[in-house]
Amino acid sequence: MKRVQYEHSPIPYLFVAPQIIIIVIFFLWPAAQAVYQSFLLEDAFGLSSQFVWFRNYSDTILSGAWLQAAWFTMIFSFLVTFLSLGLALLLAVKANEVIQGASTYKTLLMWAYAIAPPVAGLMGNLMFNPLIGDLYGFMNAVGFDFDHKLDPVDAGFVVVLISVWKQVSVNFIFFLSGLQGIPKSVQEAALMDCKSSFRRFWTITFPLLAPTTFFLMVINITYAFFETFGIIDTTTQGAPGGATTTLVFKVFQDGFRGADIGGSSAQSVVLMLLVLALTVIQFRFIEKKVHY
Amino acid sequence: MKFLTLMTTGLLTVAAPVSAATDIQFWHAMGGRLGEVVEEIAAKYNASQEEYNLVPTYKGGYEDTMTAGIAAFRAQQQPNIIQIFDAGAATIINAKGATVPVAELMSDFNAEDYIEGVRNFYADSDGNMIGMPFNSSTPLLYWNKDIFAEVGLDTPPATWEEFEAMAPKFKDAGYQALAQSHSPWIFSENFHSRHNLQLATGNNGYDSTDVEILYNNDHLKMHWGKVKEWLDAGYYGFYGRGWGDNQDAFVQKKVAMWLGSSGSFGGLANSAEFEFGAAELPYWKSITEEPYGTFIGGAALFAMAGKPDEENAGVADFMSFLTSPEMQYFWHKETGYVPITNAAYELAKSDGYYESTPDAEVGITQLTQRAGEWTKGYRLGFYVQIREAMYKQYDNIFSGASTVDAAFDAMEEESNALLDRFDASMN
Repeated sequence: MKRVQYEHSPIPYLFVAPQIIIIVIFFLWPAAQAVYQSFLLEDAFGLSSQFVWFRNYSDTILSGAWLQAAWFTMIFSFLVTFLSLGLALLLAVKANEVIQGASTYKTLLMWAYAIAPPVAGLMGNLMFNPLIGDLYGFMNAVGFDFDHKLDPVDAGFVVVLISVWKQVSVNFIFFLSGLQGIPKSVQEAALMDCKSSFRRFWTITFPLLAPTTFFLMVINITYAFFETFGIIDTTTQGAPGGATTTLVFKVFQDGFRGADIGGSSAQSVVLMLLVLALTVIQFRFIEKKVHY
Repeated sequence: MKFLTLMTTGLLTVAAPVSAATDIQFWHAMGGRLGEVVEEIAAKYNASQEEYNLVPTYKGGYEDTMTAGIAAFRAQQQPNIIQIFDAGAATIINAKGATVPVAELMSDFNAEDYIEGVRNFYADSDGNMIGMPFNSSTPLLYWNKDIFAEVGLDTPPATWEEFEAMAPKFKDAGYQALAQSHSPWIFSENFHSRHNLQLATGNNGYDSTDVEILYNNDHLKMHWGKVKEWLDAGYYGFYGRGWGDNQDAFVQKKVAMWLGSSGSFGGLANSAEFEFGAAELPYWKSITEEPYGTFIGGAALFAMAGKPDEENAGVADFMSFLTSPEMQYFWHKETGYVPITNAAYELAKSDGYYESTPDAEVGITQLTQRAGEWTKGYRLGFYVQIREAMYKQYDNIFSGASTVDAAFDAMEEESNALLDRFDASMN
């Protein structure tokens, strides 16, 4: 046999080993367990176990409840990502232009970053409490027939609002640093060529921010899919009529509350594939438009 | 030499009582004040004897505790005793080999000692108790005496017909007449018990796991049709599916009556700034002339399998201690949960407890009301998910997204699919 490669030292492997071990223990092994469990139908205590091929998949994925959750998750993720990116970009551009008291603005806008999603959910729940909630009272006072306990759209509004509020500050920080990374010379050159700040933004600033925006989009979709779980759990719990149940919340409901390990594993596997597909699409098609 | 002897004696006297006691791990779901009472019971038990040391651990809500117990059992790290709630009963009882039935564990066990409504809920179809009822509660009607006086009434409704007749008076005075905190428990499960209606095939699920749900019946649909009418007419308030959301509405005097648990009594007494009373759960006279007893609800203690005999003996010893009249009476007084043995009930009566606080007795009298064929309980798998399906459809009825008929059809379909799945998981 012909050796085409040089002799390698094993030391680099040693250096990456800790990282690899962590990935194997905390990601690959549990993921493999989920795939394995998704083919088994067991009682909760694991005393009787049978291999059922795709029954867990057909029982859960084909049910109306799962499809409803999948549909809501798509709309919800789109809205949360789009709104939290849009608002954060607007705020970052405006905060970047402020000269007087700039750091005060920035600090105030970054504040919400420190709040964990379940805490944000609890706060939001209090503000939308039908008995004492200020926002609930406000919505009804300005003429909406607002009832998020029964109206699916109103309930969706509540979870989107809280999720966006929680996420804007993170995006704001990244956009602000992205804006500050745009060279002054480019901005000054653009200023001489074009008077309209609106056009300058879309033709110069926004394209230069593209790497930041792309990165944030990936992060935000993951956030909307997974991390908003804490917000849903502390506000609507998927109600009314299952209208605000996200896929992750459903995995939790079936697996952790309902002790249906096979069914929730099957849902996790499908969720894993969905996110994988989404990420591939993002990197394949959207990243091509990004210039670093 | 002398020094060494001294050392050994010293060590022995210090170490002996600690090493002799066998630890009994007890996982429970009682938070807040209830958790404190559990700690007190453990302290009393540990002080009462030296052989065992009961170690209570709070594991979160009912579902969290059950999940923790399941995970621990799968990892062979299970506690000796675990508290499992009514909706999880089928999960643990049907898993053959997960628990040791308390009737087998306790040598002095006699079902007759337990009050009527309690005996069967956590027992198998032959009446052998598997779990020991711990915090037993039942749905009650709480009524605001001030609001009742304001509209010129002085007695709570005994039947839903009476309720319908008085509801407009509350509306005219600016109140909603009624709210309730747990639709599956109060307006579905106990609805069937109260009217002695069958709720699932296979003897309400006691005889088999191959069963179908019978919620899609005319009586329950009639009731929900009425509830929807009351909601639209402004007689019924819906403040969300959270227990506290609806209780708060009662505490804040938005609603005149609230259906909650007999275990809510203590909490209400602390928070309500008005005089209130407890009454029995109303029933439909059009369905039954006289009402039947309700289910116990709450949760039970299960002895987990796979533990050394020595520890199991400790579990049995603790269960005997827990069911002693004195401890039951203590638990009853501190928490509002009902005593589970006849002896404890007698003790509370002879102590004059119900003369000073008559409301505390309502739960027991309701539980010991005449028993029917369908009042002993139900045993349905994946019942947590079935309750979820019920919540969902009741939301749809309230919001008008579904008619009552369509909602119950959908609920039946979803529930039967879950029961079918559960049955398959048991074979």
